[in-house]
Amino acid sequence: NMVNAGEINGSGNLMDFLDEPLPDAGTYEDFHTIDWLREKSRDTDRHRKITSKSKESVWEFIKSLLDAWSGWVVMLLIGLLAGTLAGVIDLAVDWMTDLKEGVCLSAFWYSHEQCCWTSNETTFDDRDKCPQWQKWSELLVNQPEGASAYVLNYFLYVLLALTFAFLAVSLVRVFAPYACGSGIPEIKTILSGFIIRGYLGKWTLLIKTVTLVLAVSSGLSLGKEGPLVHVACCCGNFFCSFFSKYSKNEAKRREVLSAAAAAGVSVAFGAPIGGVLFSLEEVSYYFPLKTLWRSFFAALVAAFTLRSINPFGNSRLVLFYVEYHTPWYMAELFPFILLGVFGGLWGTLFIRANIAWCRRRKSTKLGKYPVLEVILITAVTAIVAYPNPYTRRSTSELISELFNDCGALESSQLCDYINDPNMTRPVDDIPDRPAGPGVYAAMWQLALALIFKIVITIFTFGMKIPSGLFIPSMAVGAIAGRMVGITVEQMAYHHHDWIIFRNWCRPGADCVTPGLYAMVGAAACLGGVTRMTVSLVVIMFELTGGLEYIVPLMAAAVTSKWVADAFGKEGIYEAHIHLNGYPFLDVKDEFTHRTLATDVMRPRRSEPPLSVLTQGSMTVEDVETLIKETDYNGFPVVVSKESERLIGFVQRKDLILAIKNARQRQDGVVSNSIIYFTEDPPQLPASSPHPLKLRRILNLSPFTVTDHTPMETVVDIFRKLGLRQCLVTRSGRLLGIITKKDVLRHMAQMANQDPESIMFN
Amino acid sequence: LWFDALGLLVFFQLVFVLSFSTLLLNVSDAKNSEDIRCKCICPPYREHAGHIYNKNVSQKDCDCLHVVEPMPVPGRDVEAYCLRCECKYEERSSATIKVTIIIYLSILGLLLIYMVYLTLLEPFVKRRLFGHSQLIQNDDEVGDHQPFANAHEVLAQARSRANVLNKVEYAQQRWKRQVQEQRKSVFDHHVVLS
Repeated sequence: NMVNAGEINGSGNLMDFLDEPLPDAGTYEDFHTIDWLREKSRDTDRHRKITSKSKESVWEFIKSLLDAWSGWVVMLLIGLLAGTLAGVIDLAVDWMTDLKEGVCLSAFWYSHEQCCWTSNETTFDDRDKCPQWQKWSELLVNQPEGASAYVLNYFLYVLLALTFAFLAVSLVRVFAPYACGSGIPEIKTILSGFIIRGYLGKWTLLIKTVTLVLAVSSGLSLGKEGPLVHVACCCGNFFCSFFSKYSKNEAKRREVLSAAAAAGVSVAFGAPIGGVLFSLEEVSYYFPLKTLWRSFFAALVAAFTLRSINPFGNSRLVLFYVEYHTPWYMAELFPFILLGVFGGLWGTLFIRANIAWCRRRKSTKLGKYPVLEVILITAVTAIVAYPNPYTRRSTSELISELFNDCGALESSQLCDYINDPNMTRPVDDIPDRPAGPGVYAAMWQLALALIFKIVITIFTFGMKIPSGLFIPSMAVGAIAGRMVGITVEQMAYHHHDWIIFRNWCRPGADCVTPGLYAMVGAAACLGGVTRMTVSLVVIMFELTGGLEYIVPLMAAAVTSKWVADAFGKEGIYEAHIHLNGYPFLDVKDEFTHRTLATDVMRPRRSEPPLSVLTQGSMTVEDVETLIKETDYNGFPVVVSKESERLIGFVQRKDLILAIKNARQRQDGVVSNSIIYFTEDPPQLPASSPHPLKLRRILNLSPFTVTDHTPMETVVDIFRKLGLRQCLVTRSGRLLGIITKKDVLRHMAQMANQDPESIMFN
Repeated sequence: LWFDALGLLVFFQLVFVLSFSTLLLNVSDAKNSEDIRCKCICPPYREHAGHIYNKNVSQKDCDCLHVVEPMPVPGRDVEAYCLRCECKYEERSSATIKVTIIIYLSILGLLLIYMVYLTLLEPFVKRRLFGHSQLIQNDDEVGDHQPFANAHEVLAQARSRANVLNKVEYAQQRWKRQVQEQRKSVFDHHVVLS
């Protein structure tokens, strides 16, 4: 006779099993997507539990206060550590870059500028020379000038650059392979819900910091801003592990990581507000208002820490902080827009060429020799860069010189204007002057530097060392801008009677500031490559401190984005995400096709039917067979194979763990035991083994759409809720399933890209 | 919640260490008068060439009259000359620079030594300790001469013993296996970070 199986052993054992939390439930596997809704609801539960317990005693109340403040404590710690690491990186880069050319004899840890800081023997023309700092040729063979000295300096420069690059790539290869590249594409993917274990780990943090210094000092055409974002996110991850509120909840952790990314950009550029906007626009996926305020706090703390370490000796945060406030004129908008067009074109060229090169590296034999590739590129860069004084120095110094206006105090080649000897103006307001021979020499050297930088950056970005993209783009733009600025300046001086110049540029006035053109060019190129909008303008005007230059910067940024978008919708980071096949559902993509859910769902007509579990008729053995034969991440649960009405959804990992625990702990559960998902056990004959209740792991509210739902809506749901899968029903019966991978493949197919390039789940 | 208590402890320790070290550095800064200067850049004026003057004065004395010595122009031209000069007060912390560079170089040196040990010496040492018979190459990595190639085998052996030294060894082997997997996905299969 049929007896209710649950009454045989009493419900006591079952309740005990149900109350015990399943071990390891809630941790995700590597290269999988998190379940945003589940994480959010777990956090709400935790918060509610703490709030309800806080009324019990004073100690519980204090604990609830600590829990509320832990977010701010984490931000403070992240800001402190990120600022400290950025200061260390800046100081070390400063020193090691100069180490390629010479050494300070009085104290070996001083860079060139620091070594000559206390010297009284600096002259106006050669304000860098002092006897304490000697070039290698002077030190080794006691010959400061001459052909043999030049050859020896050249040789040692190349040798040291190769040493630094080789050390960098070896350290990355041996200790932390995830430390290579820029890091921003992967962080974008992680923040959208993807798990890459070890990408934000402690060894990655250490190696990225150490090798970033080596890579930048070796003279390669790369920057440190992107890697600094990665370093800051590693700091964020590190501090999250101390607080269970963040370490156990992946969604909360990503809030902290968004704020850490803002702190990273803040110390890279000395731009706290720009950092927050960059995190909002480029890096983060979900950015609630609470994160905005906390990001700002972390960015400010980081900027303040960096300022107190004072790496550049002048209480500035960035090397190219400019302070002039000369006005610009409406007629100058035309060359600014031209610079914007140049920036957009360069951005398109760079993205296409770099992606093609990276694809070749990924698929051909070139990718098998990463160390050799780094050494070759470094050798080419060093050999070609040394003869040109504008490429020999570090890119940051080049940008700084190009941004600077030429007053009477400058004596560099770029400022070799013919001065009027009877000039009595104060320092700032020097009128436009004709160019001397030095300026003409500088122009063609700058042109060669521009071509070199454009070509070599394509091959440098994406190598197996930490490499950023901001500084080389800004350098390309600054060089182009400065050249255009000098051209306009000389045209205004020599042809001041032309109609365009007559109105706004009288002889004897200071009309054109070539430094401003360099800034606008830098903004245009950076915007063309990364497609940043608001954050770019804010970063640029925080860099320069000039609010009056917002309009030219905006004009150039908008123009470059329009021109670049005309050729391709993706910025460099989205392009790298597509190249790697990460499952990143971009919020910026618009899906405008008229397909329906039934066109995308699985199983297709030619595929085997959907693997489902039934509500109370499958045995443990059936389920285990199903798990072994398929590799799906989850299974829908239906009432029965005939009716196909949907009950819920169960995850593969939870199922495996629950069955394993049941076999180990619960007595009576054997391979023939029935698994049931209902509240009460099914009617079974008395001789049947003990059934297994798994209602606990069943998600009773899976997201469903009907088969006629337009894909536009489905994509929107996936984006806004962060779903991993969505079930398709018709008249209440389960038809199929749509996963995030299917959505991405469908979008790729619609955009005529290769749908098989989506690799991860 | 004990994790949170640990977090708070770490936080307070960090704050204490940081404030103590900045205080120390500031104190040592004030003693080093070489770390402040006033730099006056004077452009060419009539027949005089341009010149740069440096002097260790405080911020209130940082102007042309205090720093430019000896004054190259006669008395009535001093004002015109000084109007063109630009004087800036600059401060640096030489102790910070020294400490940072030395710490960086020591960390780099330690990493290099460890890298040399892992790539060159450790297979040699392991071969001596475990004998030739137990160093089997992994099935899917025939001819793999990268470091950590035999992490799996050593891991299995390390699990059987349980004292502190072997716990450390176990953790190290687990770390090596993680790095090995990362290296496979980045360098060999080009799955991530291409």
